[in-house]
Amino acid sequence: MKLSNALRAATALTLVAGVSQAETITIATVNNGDMIRMQGYTDDFTEKTGHEVEWVTLEENVLRQRVTTDISTNGGQFDIMTIGMYETPIWGANGWLVPLDDLSEEYDVDDILPAMRGGLSNDGTLYAAPFYGESSMVMYRTDLMEEAGLEMPEAPSWQFIREAAAAMDDPENDINGICLRGKAGWGEGGAFITVTGNSFGARWFDENWNAQFDQPNWKEALEFYVNLMNDYGPDGYATNGFNENLSLFQQGKCGMWIDATVAASFVTNPDDSTVADSVGFALAPNAEGVEKRSNWLWAWALAIPAGTQKEDAAKEFIEWATSKEYIELVAENEGWANVPPGARTSLYETPEYQEVPFAQMTLDSIHAADPTDPTVDPVPYVGIQFVAIPEFAGIATEVSQEFSAVYAGQQSIDEALEKAQAITNEAMEAAGYR
Amino acid sequence: MARAVSTQRKTLTTALAWAIGLVIFFPILWTVLTSFKTEAQAIANPPIFLNFDWTLENYAIVQERSNYMRFLWNSVILAGGSTLLGIIIAVPAAWSMAFVPSKRTKDILLWMLSTKMLPAVGVLYPIYLLFIKMGLLDSRAGMVIVLMLINLPIIVWMLYTYFREIPGEILEAARMDGATLKEELIYILTPMAIPGIASTVLLNFILAWNEAFWTLNLTAVDAAPLTAFIASYSSPEGLFFAKLSAASTMAIAPILILGWFSQKQLVRGLTFGAVK
Amino acid sequence: MATKASRSAARLMMAPAVILLMGWMLVPLTMTVWFSFRKYLPLRGGDLGPAGFDNYVRFVTSSSFWPAVWTTLIIVGGVLLITVVLGILLALLLDQPMWGQGVVRILVIAPFFVMPTVSALVWKNMFMDPTNGLFAHLWRLFGAEPVAWLSEASMGSIVMIVSWQWLPFATLILLTAIQSLDSEQLEAAEMDGAGPLQRFGHIILPHLGRAITIVILIQTIFLLSIFAEIFVTTGGAFGTRTLTYLIFQRVLESQNVGLGSAGGVYAIILANIVAIFLMRIVGKNLDA
Repeated sequence: MKLSNALRAATALTLVAGVSQAETITIATVNNGDMIRMQGYTDDFTEKTGHEVEWVTLEENVLRQRVTTDISTNGGQFDIMTIGMYETPIWGANGWLVPLDDLSEEYDVDDILPAMRGGLSNDGTLYAAPFYGESSMVMYRTDLMEEAGLEMPEAPSWQFIREAAAAMDDPENDINGICLRGKAGWGEGGAFITVTGNSFGARWFDENWNAQFDQPNWKEALEFYVNLMNDYGPDGYATNGFNENLSLFQQGKCGMWIDATVAASFVTNPDDSTVADSVGFALAPNAEGVEKRSNWLWAWALAIPAGTQKEDAAKEFIEWATSKEYIELVAENEGWANVPPGARTSLYETPEYQEVPFAQMTLDSIHAADPTDPTVDPVPYVGIQFVAIPEFAGIATEVSQEFSAVYAGQQSIDEALEKAQAITNEAMEAAGYR
Repeated sequence: MARAVSTQRKTLTTALAWAIGLVIFFPILWTVLTSFKTEAQAIANPPIFLNFDWTLENYAIVQERSNYMRFLWNSVILAGGSTLLGIIIAVPAAWSMAFVPSKRTKDILLWMLSTKMLPAVGVLYPIYLLFIKMGLLDSRAGMVIVLMLINLPIIVWMLYTYFREIPGEILEAARMDGATLKEELIYILTPMAIPGIASTVLLNFILAWNEAFWTLNLTAVDAAPLTAFIASYSSPEGLFFAKLSAASTMAIAPILILGWFSQKQLVRGLTFGAVK
Repeated sequence: MATKASRSAARLMMAPAVILLMGWMLVPLTMTVWFSFRKYLPLRGGDLGPAGFDNYVRFVTSSSFWPAVWTTLIIVGGVLLITVVLGILLALLLDQPMWGQGVVRILVIAPFFVMPTVSALVWKNMFMDPTNGLFAHLWRLFGAEPVAWLSEASMGSIVMIVSWQWLPFATLILLTAIQSLDSEQLEAAEMDGAGPLQRFGHIILPHLGRAITIVILIQTIFLLSIFAEIFVTTGGAFGTRTLTYLIFQRVLESQNVGLGSAGGVYAIILANIVAIFLMRIVGKNLDA
């Protein structure tokens, strides 16, 4: 009796005093390198705040299905979810996320790169804090380029990329001229072919939400991609995604690779990469005469589902994980090349970081991407390699499966485009857009 | 029984059987071997079979990243709990079907099996909502119940077929001696059915251990078993064959070892009444 | 004969199992049917009102529906064929006297213990990867072009992976059945001058009939709902989208629960057609 009274009194006291209680927060996250590194530093967070962290680490596709089920049913399994630029505005608009509009002074929210902040907001309210951000760019082997007697311009065209791929392609030595994503999935090959389409002047929808796969630009883009890959790409590129290409490039089997800017730190890391000291960078290409380049914009970000009981602790975690201090902590332990890139302006103003070979090109690529104006012709949507509507993930996955079947030689480009057109219009009708 | 077989023929069958056995087992062997290689050796061409520098580094990395023991413990509890609960519920049902059969017995059995045909993903949202309402999300109790229900039809059917093999005369004799139903069940039937129950337990333990849809979608931290553990290794970045192999080995080793020790029991019991 | 008392006792003992399974079947089934008549889009705010038969019509008229049904049937049929035929051969072989029978048996049944996710991952990355996979190394050794298994031979690859997992199960059951065969009968036939093929056709195969139906029944139940193998390897691309996978895409990727639920009802219908078909055969055999 007495004891429980005393306990109650103590609890009341702490509540009155406003001392934050130590909590355990559950975080769902994706299993990529930067996130796994963050888990290693959890102790630093616990030391500073007293809160414990439980990690649920899942592969990207599983993570997406898991958190989407949970948030749309208000399941309350997670206090923080790792989500991307595609989900954030949609979920924010549904009122499913806690607005991050009262972050502390020291956090310096204005330091977040404007492109990232814009992509993670809905109606001007920030709903998720970027852990790292990325665009895409060309990574190429400087030694092979030199051997071929070519020089990579800072802003190459697709025509030049093809020329360079032809020059570097060397099947006898197991070197492919170029490695690109072909794997089905909206976030894999789907993202890549979408930005390739953008750079050929194509678009997903016209202003009335009609699918545009029957337009010549799409055919041109797809034909270019398929010819390029059939001539100079690796065998079985139809199943290669980010991870497959990364390992090919690290093994020295690719002359060029156009992919996420975050890959730069992996391919230049001598522990994992056999070609670490001979990688150069350039802006993602465009077709000659087309003003849009093929670079995308993406961020993995941390968001708090509305309805969590531990909002304050969750906010403390987000402020810790996406802070300048966290970047310094990583830099101190693992070197500047390994800090999470693409989220904060101040990072690119740090003299030490400016020395990192890919820093400037990453920033330039991010600046070159504009989600509100992604295509040559006007579109009714926001997003570069995706269309920020709830139906897109499903549609684009199916469309990219049709394209992957082309890459595998199972159907013609015309057949695939026809099916893509039908799939997209069917789904948009079902969703009530048309 | 034993037919005279020439040594020559025996040698030939032995060689053939071993060759086939090794081919079937090879993927597992290769995974285990690869888990002890460095990433570079794991993808070397030509492949290195045994002649590499054995390292435990991959296991260290995997363990550092995730708390293996917690996942393992949850797997044991979920698979064990659901099997135990399933047996408790199924034994009486199978008993009555086997010894007091009615016209509908077979229909009930087949209906039970047909409940397994409901595609799990189609009912994910309904079940998820139900679990939220009942507060069962990410709880071991909830997962034990789900896994038990999934496997219950198989358990009932297997037990039913074993019980049917037990000669009715023994029971009649026991009844003559005035044994009550309870006594009949505990002292006569159960001992005779032990081998059958044992292999039923084994098979369902394996099935529950390997179930990867519900265990992944209804758990987060507290109840997450090894299937969730492996889901964080499905596609990490870079060269990862060795780490993937280490994680895979850790996920399958416990059940593989259990299976090996009990394979005689499994072989004897896995008949589903097929032997008549 | 059973008395009245024991009959009611029997009913009582059956009750928990029957009631539980009834609940497990009816509750989700009712909810699925309910959702299938609603416009239920979680990302657009949930239940947006009645949809009539729209979902049913849309699901069945979608260009992906019939290919998915065929893919499902081909995978189930292919795996059944391979596991039963190879299972019989393997069981016959393992029944022969040999040295180290126990160890060989362990080697053969081991794949059954491997989680589907793990086996899909291992096959996809370590064997079928066109650059670093073991098959690619092997092909190159013989001077051949490596095959991109999961795109160029997608269906074959998936049938192979799944068959590898289920072959042990078929072999085990068939082996138990063969071992129960009366060896005197076989010897008598041998004396009468029946060759190995005749002995197999006239004595062994008929004896295995019941075991084969059991294998087919149990495997079909599990094969109709295979998911992890496709999710991990092809993600439904290259013509490997089964009905289960199509429903997954509708429910989770497109977040259209109403449409997916209608698909779920179709899948239940398909499963029941297959089931009735099976029960016809098995039901007869189960009586024996």
